[in-house]
Amino acid sequence: MLSFVLQRLLQSVIVVFVLSIVLFVGVWLIGNPADILISSEASEADRLAAIAALGLDKPLWHQYLVFLGNAAQGDWGASFVYKEPVVSILLQRLPASLELGLVAFLIAVGISIPAGLYAGLKPESLLGRGIMAFSLIGVSIPTFWQGMLLIVAFGIALPILPVGDRGQLATHFGITSSLWTLDGWSHVVMPAFSLALLKMSLLMRVTRAATMEISCLDFVKFAYAKGVKSRKVIVGHILRNALVPLVTVTGIELGNLLAYGVITETVFSWPGLGKLLINSIKVLDRPLIVAQLTYTALLFIAINFIVDILHTVIDPRVKSVMRRRTA
Amino acid sequence: MTEPFFQVDGLNTWFFTRQGMVKSVRDISFDLTRGEVLGIVGESGSGKSVTGMSIMGQIDEPGRIVSGSITLNGEELTTLDFEEMRRYRGRRIAMIFQNPLMTLNPLMRVRDQMYEAIGAHEDGSRRKMHDRCIEALKAVGIPSPEERFNAYPHEMSGGMRQRVVIAIALLLGPDLIIADEPTTALDVTIQAQIIYQIRRQIDERGLGMIWITHDLSTLSELADRIMVMYAGAMMEIGTTQEIIGSARHPYTRKLLDSVPSRNTPGEKLKQIPGNMPSLLALGKGCPFASRCERATEICGEPVPATQLSGTHRIWCYHPFED
Repeated sequence: MLSFVLQRLLQSVIVVFVLSIVLFVGVWLIGNPADILISSEASEADRLAAIAALGLDKPLWHQYLVFLGNAAQGDWGASFVYKEPVVSILLQRLPASLELGLVAFLIAVGISIPAGLYAGLKPESLLGRGIMAFSLIGVSIPTFWQGMLLIVAFGIALPILPVGDRGQLATHFGITSSLWTLDGWSHVVMPAFSLALLKMSLLMRVTRAATMEISCLDFVKFAYAKGVKSRKVIVGHILRNALVPLVTVTGIELGNLLAYGVITETVFSWPGLGKLLINSIKVLDRPLIVAQLTYTALLFIAINFIVDILHTVIDPRVKSVMRRRTA
Repeated sequence: MTEPFFQVDGLNTWFFTRQGMVKSVRDISFDLTRGEVLGIVGESGSGKSVTGMSIMGQIDEPGRIVSGSITLNGEELTTLDFEEMRRYRGRRIAMIFQNPLMTLNPLMRVRDQMYEAIGAHEDGSRRKMHDRCIEALKAVGIPSPEERFNAYPHEMSGGMRQRVVIAIALLLGPDLIIADEPTTALDVTIQAQIIYQIRRQIDERGLGMIWITHDLSTLSELADRIMVMYAGAMMEIGTTQEIIGSARHPYTRKLLDSVPSRNTPGEKLKQIPGNMPSLLALGKGCPFASRCERATEICGEPVPATQLSGTHRIWCYHPFED
């Protein structure tokens, strides 16, 4: 197990390193921030001075090495626009995105797994068909559209939920979050549902498919033939085996929820990372773009790592394959 | 001759699909005495597995037992609901499946799957259960049972897994075991070992067994009586001697002819020409008529049973004369 962890950590470092090169080149290709950041009315001398101050006069490889050296020491540079260290900007915005993503994740998993399980066990039933119809609608409606519909329905026509911003914050156990207050929850629940809808529908379909596939396997029939109670067969045999594919899909979805809430954050004016990323790309704020995308990459690497560990916990066959490989 | 403890009478199990009614099992009747093995033989789709699952009360939607009775020690099983039937499953009637690689949950240790089988019917300490499980594993000839007990299924061979499945089936001392092609997925030497173990358990414990298979040659070694099924209906039933030695039904004869070991070397294997008729469109007559060389017009009429001896019965208008 330890050698597996070390191996994965080394892999992760390499992935981040390669990704930073791709990012740097990619961001450079998008355009020259000097064209946007410096007023067209500025004198040529001012222009050159500004470019030098941002470090854009150096060749790209040089810029990259400077970035790499600083990043290794924990300095990710300052935003071109805000003139603040990017790390502190990210840390300001991060809690809002994490709140939204985690609540959306809980909604998605909490609804989709029981619903998908039911639809898989009773595919012919009215409720089972209803769940499938719902999930089809859920994957078909564009996120921005259903977000606006929700605002119209619950924010304007039936004004029971506030729209925009995080609401009242509170600090407990050293964590400042809107999830400590009722007002905060009333703000987060609608955008979180909107963000969750697509993932929920996808997870429902995956759960249903896995349930249907596993239900007709012999070990399920054998469990029933042993006289095991239905509830125990469903939880202990069917659901447990369905978790193997579900954990993988759920992990990727969690990453998406935490990192790519761009559309939902825009529709609901949520002060999270998604909006920040869009804005920084618009003004070619290179350090901020690089920092955010690196954060996203680290997030996915971490989630995949956890998913792999969970796999070895759930499925003993994975463990024995690994043992053979690392031995 | 002892009294039968298990009886199936006029069993009909149909599936109400969107394409129509699939009459998978039609008017099946047989009984079983203690210490006896009844072999049910037939091609795939002949309804032999559905018969087994009907007895277990594990027919899934859209199928259901339409009529007939199944009695174990005088108690009627077809009127029980799923929960009432659950108390019989595993405790009074146990089942062994075809593919040992698929019968055990890959994510659970053998230990937990055995505890689960006992726990479904009895309360008791783990310690007590542990000793019983080890005994059961020893009884089916598993070497170093303590080690296998804590293993995961994938750490064992197919033959070893099937022994574990048999041990689980025997755990609670059932009256009846239904085995659905339990040796088909195993290689021949393992097959022989498993058959030997099962036969020993049946003789020692005096339990009844229904052995479902498409393979007449294993039945000839194991079964006391054989029932031949085709397209959901009974064709012939009799002692192993009567079926293997002097089959009278044209279908049984064809089935016997297609067993490889009965042919002379170099000779082409005999096939039965044609396919089984669709279970959706069965007439009232003999389902085998369309593939039968002896069929005449009368074969389109319902076929009554003909009692040839105390044990030998056939459903045919034109049986072979010895």
